[in-house]
Amino acid sequence: MEYIISKYNYWIYITLMMIGFYAMFAKKNLVKKIVGLNIFQTAIILYFVSIAAKKGATIPIVLHEHGQAAGYAVQALQYVNPLPHVLMLTAIVVMVGTFGVALAFIIRIHRQYGTVEEDEILARED
Amino acid sequence: MKLIGMMMVIIVGGLLIVASEDMPDWGDPGSPASIHVSPRYIEKSEAETSVPNMVTAVLADYRGYDTLGETAVIFTAGVCCVLLLRRYRK
Amino acid sequence: MIERIEDVIIETLCRFLVPFMQLFALYVVAHGHYSPGGGFQGGCIMGASFILICVAYDIEEAKRRMTENLNTIFCSVGVILFAGTGLVSIALGGNYLDYSFLHKIIPVDPVSVRSHGILIIEIGVGFTVMAVMISIFLNVASKGKHEDELKQDGIHY
Repeated sequence: MEYIISKYNYWIYITLMMIGFYAMFAKKNLVKKIVGLNIFQTAIILYFVSIAAKKGATIPIVLHEHGQAAGYAVQALQYVNPLPHVLMLTAIVVMVGTFGVALAFIIRIHRQYGTVEEDEILARED
Repeated sequence: MKLIGMMMVIIVGGLLIVASEDMPDWGDPGSPASIHVSPRYIEKSEAETSVPNMVTAVLADYRGYDTLGETAVIFTAGVCCVLLLRRYRK
Repeated sequence: MIERIEDVIIETLCRFLVPFMQLFALYVVAHGHYSPGGGFQGGCIMGASFILICVAYDIEEAKRRMTENLNTIFCSVGVILFAGTGLVSIALGGNYLDYSFLHKIIPVDPVSVRSHGILIIEIGVGFTVMAVMISIFLNVASKGKHEDELKQDGIHY
């Protein structure tokens, strides 16, 4: 029971990852595959952000108490780890860029073959 | 195809759940990610950069080179979209 | 394809919301030091305001407000602002992207000038992200065709 309560967040992210993974290779429509890729990337981002959490800590912005001059001590235990948040900002922007270029590819394929279903494209290629 | 897909998903999901046994607990302040480099960033960032938001200070000052590469990535994605889709007027 | 549906409620709401969205985007970029925010977030909100115009009216209205030449200039100016601050730091005698050497240009002490360097960089990133969001949406929504090709297809774009 202790094991489930302390690690259930990883199980949620693994479920999301597997949903995206299944959509990426078992669906025939190209747009659905790209949506599956997006779900997978979102699950990875959530996983990294959950590593940064600390029990009883607040957001990583330094609190200024009223009437307290500079020179107060900032303790590392009070604040959430900021490094995974920083890395995931970059990852979100890369997600958006990949999605835009993938949609441009799908439009070119549709212009050339007239369909976005994978088996019709493979049949027409002969 | 769908049956093979479902079997693979269950196998990979099971392997990942078994592998997550070694990961640190949720909210553990003694996990390896919170011990090595980040206490130095948390304690010194306000004094060295005079910016209270630690995430912005790390993103744009301590790791500003990565942000430069990342701006180049999003610029390239915009240029790629234009190159793939626009056609010349005949 | 996005065809124009003339609906009074949607057009009035869009015309009311867009200035507030752009003001909020500028607020998020400028308060990146003191609250969650910064360049990427503010740039996305700013791009979303133009996409709202495109969805509520049609693509021609959005292209009238942000022409493609202006969009390309914004995209490049953002990257030049970012890389240029680094080169200015080299010219003043420090390492690349070392903001404490900017105190020779901006007259404050070498610790506070890092906060001003961060602000310049976030503005540059905001420009680039806004321009790329608008450019990707306009290209994908109009399928890259020019105006006369779309009118030939019989679609009012």
